[in-house]
Amino acid sequence: MSWDRISEKLTILADAAKYDVSCASSGSKRKNDNKGLGNAEGMGICHAYTEDGRCVSLLKILLTNVCIYDCLYCVSRKSNDIKRAGFTVNEVVELTINFYRRNYIEGLFLSSGIFKNADYTMERLVLIAKKLRTEHNFNGYIHLKAIPGASKELLDEAGRWADRLSVNIEMPTESGLKLLAPDKNRDDMIHPIKYLKSAIIQNREEKALFKKAPLFAPAGQSTQMVIGASPENDMHILHTANYFYDKMKLKRVYYSGYVPISTDNRLPVIGTPVPMIRENRLYQADWLMRFYGFDVKEIISPDNPFLDLEIDPKLSWALRNLHLFPIDINKADLSVIKRIPGIGVTSALKIVAARKFNKLNWEHLKQIGIVISRAKYFITCNSPQAVLKEFMPHEIRQFILQHGNSKYKASFSTQLSLF
Amino acid sequence: MQAVVYDNTFAGLLTAIFEVYEHKLANVNIMPANQRQDSLFNETFTVDTDDAKAARVLKGLKERLSADGFKAFCNTFLSEETGMENKMLHYAQYAFSVANADKDYSHPAVLYIKNTAKKVHREKHRMEAFVRFQQTGDGLYYAIVDPDFNVLPLIERHFKKRYADQRWLIYDSRRKYGLYYNLDNTTIVTVDFNDAGGNTKDIATVLDDKEVLYQQLWQNYFASTNIKARKNMKLHIRHMPKRYWKYLTEKQLM
Repeated sequence: MSWDRISEKLTILADAAKYDVSCASSGSKRKNDNKGLGNAEGMGICHAYTEDGRCVSLLKILLTNVCIYDCLYCVSRKSNDIKRAGFTVNEVVELTINFYRRNYIEGLFLSSGIFKNADYTMERLVLIAKKLRTEHNFNGYIHLKAIPGASKELLDEAGRWADRLSVNIEMPTESGLKLLAPDKNRDDMIHPIKYLKSAIIQNREEKALFKKAPLFAPAGQSTQMVIGASPENDMHILHTANYFYDKMKLKRVYYSGYVPISTDNRLPVIGTPVPMIRENRLYQADWLMRFYGFDVKEIISPDNPFLDLEIDPKLSWALRNLHLFPIDINKADLSVIKRIPGIGVTSALKIVAARKFNKLNWEHLKQIGIVISRAKYFITCNSPQAVLKEFMPHEIRQFILQHGNSKYKASFSTQLSLF
Repeated sequence: MQAVVYDNTFAGLLTAIFEVYEHKLANVNIMPANQRQDSLFNETFTVDTDDAKAARVLKGLKERLSADGFKAFCNTFLSEETGMENKMLHYAQYAFSVANADKDYSHPAVLYIKNTAKKVHREKHRMEAFVRFQQTGDGLYYAIVDPDFNVLPLIERHFKKRYADQRWLIYDSRRKYGLYYNLDNTTIVTVDFNDAGGNTKDIATVLDDKEVLYQQLWQNYFASTNIKARKNMKLHIRHMPKRYWKYLTEKQLM
């Protein structure tokens, strides 16, 4: 093994894989019960954070960045003049095992450019996962890309060895995909997602009956879309996400703010800032749908098809629905308390537990950890009201923006100085 | 106010709690022997650590508290925070007086225990993330750590399950002890590295031939997977505080 060559390949193939944002290593049920290496049950771990603040949990690489496709938004597109490289199956296996043994990673995230055809590519991804599991007794986390167009047999085998599978739908809508990836077809992506969905459901039913039934993608499947490369609005994006959660039972939908890498005039020019705030608001909205009991239609509507960048989507919802407030913290249902700005799921649970002992006042609420400066406009408790007057939505918004310490404040300085 | 002095051990603290009940002590200040300040107190009660008494207190707490509430009590002790003993006593007293006491987030001792246990848990999780093993020529994977709290007892299970097929040693340089796993069991070891920082050369000579190469590959990976256009050092440092960098392979210059 030539170390310099390996090192060069690692540089190229990690660089090419980094725009795939999924890094989750949780939710699997794979235990180390063969006295082998690794354990993927329980919580995932972020072993490091890069200078962009993103978590490093998995060794995230492409098998190769050679690709027969020419998707405009992708660095590995055929027409892009970059260095190409490819790992051998054994090189990926050795890297994974040796990184894992040193506690650098939770496992492997393996994707690839499409070389020759879908099956040929998928076969190699599957082979790596199989070798890790069978020859190295590896019980760490494996996330494999399911290559659109790969055969059912290969998808079945991938599910047998991997913890998570994902097919990226790339663009939020079919028209976005047509614009930026003309040789790709949305149906080719939906097809494997649907297939995997039923395979996963079938496996869970078998598991319920026979504990010994083999695992099949125990951490489920996920997908990703690129944000800000194509013209879709947040309503398109969130409805698409909702479709995948609801109809395809996906574990996660990831939003990847487009990092300009192309001079094509259909894309934002190089140097355009990555839409990080928008991406963050989309994740917040995603959380509201998954953990806070919000319907997508409550979060976004045709009248305002973009999320508010200045305030989070929950506050934004509350300001549109002031008639539902104030909420009595000592009486309201958990589901209602979760909807109050400044109160997260954990605090909501604590409130419901603690109020059995005491009628809660501002001091209690502060101790429990809710953000009083936000919540005070929306609740009553066992203390005199903090806010005596009824404010209009735009007033509350201004107060919160002025007193809050938004991490994005700097980004809005030009707008704020207008007032 | 009466000083109750114990021997810095968990069993000692539990015995102290027992004695508070046994002798109906009121208005006490429990303190470890190495922090005692006699002059401030009228009387000093010196606890004679007794495993049977400790076990009775522990059993009682286990019955009175939820599993989480019980674990939070035990983990608070690992925080080594000054003053934790009195909060733990108040927590225990509250637990013995009302049902489901650990769910009362409006009680100051309950909140303290919850928050302290949370800090300890966070440190445990950080160590599970930030341990960086180096392989020696004879196949031992060793790592040095310097956690804020005494979390080695909490991470043992995690590493034992994960690295069942390799011998490993995790050494706490601040508290001067380590956990060693020999493929069957873990044991506590107290080898003295003699200021780990001073003799890195000696350690380097016993490393496996490929160790440095893998470290370089990891550093390379760490740099390559970063997206420069999204640079956010504030977030980077919040997730990986600088005090942990000294033992993180990817933060070393080679």
